[in-house]
Amino acid sequence: MTGLHLEGNATIDGTAVFDGVSLPVENGRWTCLLGRSGVGKSTIMRLVAGLADHVRFTGRIDVDDGNRLEERVTLMAQQDSLLPWLNTVDNVLLGARLRGQRLDRVRASRLIDQVGLGEHQHKKPHALSGGQRQRVALARTLMEDRPVVLLDEPFSALDARVRAEMQELAAEHLAGRTVLLVTHDPGEAARLGDSIHVMTGTGLISVEPPSSPVIRAYDDPEVLACQGRLLRLLREAS
Amino acid sequence: MIRLMRFAAVSASLILLWHLLVVMTGLPPFILPGPMRVAAALTGNIELIGHHALVTIAEVLLGLGLGSLLGAMTAIGLAISPMARTLLRPMMVISQALPVFALAPLLTLWLGYGLWPKVIMALLIIYFPVTSAFFDGLMATPRGMLDLARVMNGQPWRIMAHIRIPAGLPGLASGLKLAAVYAPIGAIIGEWVGASQGLGYLMLLANGRAKTDLMFAALIVIVIITLSLHASVDRLCRVLARRMQFDA
Repeated sequence: MTGLHLEGNATIDGTAVFDGVSLPVENGRWTCLLGRSGVGKSTIMRLVAGLADHVRFTGRIDVDDGNRLEERVTLMAQQDSLLPWLNTVDNVLLGARLRGQRLDRVRASRLIDQVGLGEHQHKKPHALSGGQRQRVALARTLMEDRPVVLLDEPFSALDARVRAEMQELAAEHLAGRTVLLVTHDPGEAARLGDSIHVMTGTGLISVEPPSSPVIRAYDDPEVLACQGRLLRLLREAS
Repeated sequence: MIRLMRFAAVSASLILLWHLLVVMTGLPPFILPGPMRVAAALTGNIELIGHHALVTIAEVLLGLGLGSLLGAMTAIGLAISPMARTLLRPMMVISQALPVFALAPLLTLWLGYGLWPKVIMALLIIYFPVTSAFFDGLMATPRGMLDLARVMNGQPWRIMAHIRIPAGLPGLASGLKLAAVYAPIGAIIGEWVGASQGLGYLMLLANGRAKTDLMFAALIVIVIITLSLHASVDRLCRVLARRMQFDA
């Protein structure tokens, strides 16, 4: 059980980033966090990832099973952060290499096949398109095989068609994991969220997601209505 | 090829200018010898110059190799340890206020007239630029890569070996290119202060005997050595950068 609950407030250098936030992230489901830039979405992400050295956080992050989150989290961000000097397979194997573990090339290769890059196993990142590079990042995330997956606007730099493909691919392969997706795209949240929260200067507003299971169709009337509601909230909040 | 032709054109115009200067001013050869005279001194003393050039090249290469190694290791140490940064960096900056030239007589006093004082002079002169350029490169590792490595629970020295050092190599390359130009200066200064061999020594010797043409010949060889060294290091760095895909 790796659902978690973040509660508290955070400051950076004495300036409040967020105050009185209570965010549930349900076990095995997609939680989407929306909000304008600078409202503290990324800070929440970094707190859960254990990367928030410079943040003064007062509050708690409770995990359902009571254990620590460390070594159970993986991160996929807007920048693919692929190492330019490594090919696809070696980029996917990066985590194992950094931990000094055995390199399971067979599994890496299979995951690369699964994200549709079978022919690009030995290409370096510069030879891949933006969408392909994010597929490598997804394979690298899957290779880590961790129960909690943090997605920090991973698709926002992609064009609409590739973004839709990546959302479907991610939904398929991350099914069953606890996912926290930070996004500024209401459509993405409406499509992917099992629960959806809009972050504002005064706290979180929870929004009822469409009733159908993820991943939802773009043109589903409920999805479109939810997207409209989210956009309205985002505009009112700012 | 174009670069080579441009280089030849620049050299030819410089030689022509030099020749015109000698002809127009009418300076005697012991003050300013013309290019033909220097060429004659070069070919006439090729064995002598060659012998001394080999000594200087050995000093420069040793100084360059050891200085780069030491500089690279210092940069890695500084990048790993914030403690080392607070302690060592001010010291390194202060050490730069010391004129390295002034140390040459001391080095000769301590280490004698042989090869090593010159190697150490070359080393001292390149140590700071190499350290500083590589350190900057190491500290400029994209934050996303480091975040990822931390979330992956990578071991610090593996993160250094697999991410920070490769990402810092362009910095090291620019440091090495500077070093290739500076190292010969260090060796020559060392030879001026006290030596029995080397191009710097030969220049002093020729100067003392009013063989200005031989002095110029030695000077030209030093320039050729420095330029070739810089070109080789530059080429090496380019090949490396292409293999690492930094240009992409």
